[in-house]
Amino acid sequence: MPLYHNDDQAMLKDSVAPFVAEQAPVSHLRKLRDAADATGFSRDLWAQFTEMGLPGMLVPEAHGGLGMGHMEAGIVLEEIGRNLTPSPFLSTSVGAVAALAKAGGTQAGRWLPAIASGEAIIALAIDEGAKHRPDRIATTATRAGNGFRLDGKKGFVLHGHVADMSIVAAKTDGGITLFAMPKDAKGVTADPRRLVDSSLASHVTLDGVEVDADAVIGEVDAGGEILDALLAATRTGAAAEMVGVGQGAMDMTVTYLKERKQFGKLIGEFQGLQHRAAHLYGEMEVARATVMKAQELLDQGSEGAKLMVSVAKAKAGRAANLAVREGVQMHGGIGMTDEYDIGLYMKRDRALAEYMGDVHYHIDQVARMNGY
Amino acid sequence: MSELDAFRTEVREWLEANCPAEMREPIRDEDDVCWGGRNFKFKNAAQKAWLDACVAKGYTVPDWPKPYGGAGLTPEQTKILKQEMKRIKARSPLDSFGIWMLGPALLQFGTEEQKVHYLNPIARGEIRWCQGYSEPGSGSDLVSLQTFGEDKGDHWVVNGSKIWTSYADKADWIFCLVRTDKANKYQGITFMLFDMESKGVTTKPILLISGNSPFCETFFDDVEVPKTQFVGEINRGWDVAKYLLGHEREMISGGGAGGDMVSIGGAFAKAFGKNAAGELDDPILRAEMAAFDVDVFAYRAMGERFMDMWKTGRAHPASSNMMKYVGTELNKRRHELVMSGGGSEALEWDSEETKGGARARGWLRTKANSIEGGTSEVMLNVIAKRILDLPGA
Repeated sequence: MPLYHNDDQAMLKDSVAPFVAEQAPVSHLRKLRDAADATGFSRDLWAQFTEMGLPGMLVPEAHGGLGMGHMEAGIVLEEIGRNLTPSPFLSTSVGAVAALAKAGGTQAGRWLPAIASGEAIIALAIDEGAKHRPDRIATTATRAGNGFRLDGKKGFVLHGHVADMSIVAAKTDGGITLFAMPKDAKGVTADPRRLVDSSLASHVTLDGVEVDADAVIGEVDAGGEILDALLAATRTGAAAEMVGVGQGAMDMTVTYLKERKQFGKLIGEFQGLQHRAAHLYGEMEVARATVMKAQELLDQGSEGAKLMVSVAKAKAGRAANLAVREGVQMHGGIGMTDEYDIGLYMKRDRALAEYMGDVHYHIDQVARMNGY
Repeated sequence: MSELDAFRTEVREWLEANCPAEMREPIRDEDDVCWGGRNFKFKNAAQKAWLDACVAKGYTVPDWPKPYGGAGLTPEQTKILKQEMKRIKARSPLDSFGIWMLGPALLQFGTEEQKVHYLNPIARGEIRWCQGYSEPGSGSDLVSLQTFGEDKGDHWVVNGSKIWTSYADKADWIFCLVRTDKANKYQGITFMLFDMESKGVTTKPILLISGNSPFCETFFDDVEVPKTQFVGEINRGWDVAKYLLGHEREMISGGGAGGDMVSIGGAFAKAFGKNAAGELDDPILRAEMAAFDVDVFAYRAMGERFMDMWKTGRAHPASSNMMKYVGTELNKRRHELVMSGGGSEALEWDSEETKGGARARGWLRTKANSIEGGTSEVMLNVIAKRILDLPGA
C-alpha cells in the first residue's frame, strides 16, 4: 500500500474536511466553552456526524458499520484536530470499536450497532493515576453472585459523565479483564472536571459496582490483548488528531508571518523566522508520514504495528508541541490573548499529548521493544 | 493472487537463485562497494556474479525503461524489489553517480540518441561518473560558478576548476556545469559531459578532518569538449542541474539515518552494562538514544512516503530539500550518539579492532552531510520560499 491517500480516501477527505470546518470550526469550541456546556460536546453535531456515517466507520459491516480502517479514521481525526472540534469520536468510534471488534461476542453484538447508529457514546476507563500506566491497573474485579464486583478509581475518563457505557480495565485472578459497564450501574460516581482545553474528563469511583457475567468483553483474564488493541487504536488516533492540531497551528502561523509587519517589513521576510518555520514544516511532514505508517500497519494487522504506534504517538507529540509553541511565540503578544485562536491549539495539544501516554512514555516503550 | 503478489514471488525466487551468499553480508569497507567503471577491480567472483545477474535482468536500474538497460518496472514493482532485496540483506549490485544523478537527468532532458548511448553503459556499470558542480569560492551559491567554456564552433574549450568532485580520481567521465555565457547568471550555464582522460584534465585528492576523503580538486586547462556532448539546451544547464540536485538530495537523505536504520539503542545494548531492569545503565544516554530511535523510525516512514509520492508525481518538487535537511541533521545526531556510546574505544584512530578508527572517521565525515549538496541553511531557505511561500525569501 502506498503511503498517500488513494482515490477513495481522498474523496473521504474532500467531504469530511469542509464538513468539519463549516459545522464545527474553532468558534464552535468557543461557544461550548463560553456556555460552560455540561456535556462537553454538541449532541446536534454528533447527529450530523451520524448522518455522514462517521461514528461507525471502523465498525465491521456485519454490525452495521462501514468496515473502514485506521487510515480512514485518521482522516476524520485530523480534521477534528485542525478545527479543535469537541467530539466523542476518538474514544467511541476508534478506541471502543477496536476493543469490541477484537473481542467479538455478546458485548460486540450489543454495542457496535449502537455506535454505528450514533446512539451510544462510550468512555474508556483505563488510567488510574495522573500518568498513563496501563501495566499498573489496580482496579479489581472479583466474582460475586452471577457476575463481578468492581472496585477502584479511574481518572482522565473522557466523556465519563455522559457515556452510555464505559469500558473498564480491571485486575482479575489470572490477568486483566475488560468490562462493559453500563451507565446506570450501581456504585459508580463520575465526577467531571473541566480541563485546560475546555473538555470534560471524569474521575470515576467504582465502589462495589455489580455487573453481570456477560459484561465481560472477550474472556475473563484474557483482556490484555483486547486492551492492547484499544490502546493501539486510541494512541494512533490521538496522534492523527495531534497532526491536525499541529497543522492547524502551523497554517495559522505561516499565514500570520505573511501578514504581520514589524520594522517596516513582513515578519515572514526575516530569515530567523523563516528557518524556524521551515524546520517546523519538516517535523510536521515526518510526523504525518509516521502516523500514516502506523495506521497502515494497524490496518494490515502487522506485527510491527506496536512499535510504530509508539513511534507515531511520540513523534506526533513532539511535532505538534513544537507547532503550538512556535505558533504562540511567532504570534507575539496577540498569541497570548484569549480572543485569538492560537492559544486554544496549545491547550488542546497539551491534553492530547497526555492522553494514552506522553512522549516520554512512548520513547521508553520504543527502547523496551528494541531490547534496551 | 494479485499481479503484485505474483511479482513478489517471482522476485523472491530470482533473488534466491541469483544473489550469492557473500552479497548478503553487511558492507564492511570501501572494497565491498561495487562502483563499476573502466578500471574497477572486483573484490571477488561473487561481486561480479551479482552485478552480472542484475545487469542481465535490468535490476541495477529497475525502474528505467528496458531499451536503456532497465527492467521497466512500475513504482509498485520497484518498491517490492527493494523490499525483497532488503529482506535478504542483499548489497546494492552497483553504486553509481550515473544511476543516482546523471541517469535521471538524461531520462528527463536527454535526446533519444543520448539516452541509448549513455544510459546503457551506466546500467551495466561500465562507465564511472563524477559530478563537477562546486567551485572554489562558489559554495552554496552554486550559480556563481566561473569555469568557462569558450565557443570554438564545433567544440568548446573549457578552463577553470572544480572542487569537492567526489571520486574524480577514479571516475571515467564527468558531468559538469560550465558557464557558456558570462552576461547571464542563470541562463548562461551549459550541462556538459566529457571524458576525464581528455587532455588538460587533472585531479588532486583533498584530505579531510576524517583523515581520508572521496573528494578531489579538479582542474581544466584548455579541455576540448565536442559540441554534441551537452544535456538539455545550451545555456539552460541550470534547469538540468536543479532537477539533478533533487536526486542528489534524495540520495544523501536516503542514507540519512544510516544503512538499514536499525535501532541505535538496540545496537549498543550489548556493549553497555544493563541494570536489573534490563535497561542501559546510563539513563540519560538511554533516553537520548531512544528519542533518536523514534526519529529514525519516523524518518523511515517519511522516506517511504516521500518515495511513494515522488515516483507518482505527488510530491512537492522542493520536498527533496526537506528530506535532505531532516535526514542529514539526523545522521549527524546518530554519529554523535555512536561516539558517546563507544566511549574511549570510539576515539581510537588506527587500531585493528576499530577497523582503522571507523567510528571516529565516520563521525567526522558526517559533519559534511549538512554542507554538501546544499547546506542545511540553504535547504531551509528553499522550504521557506518554495513550500511555505514566505515573502522575500
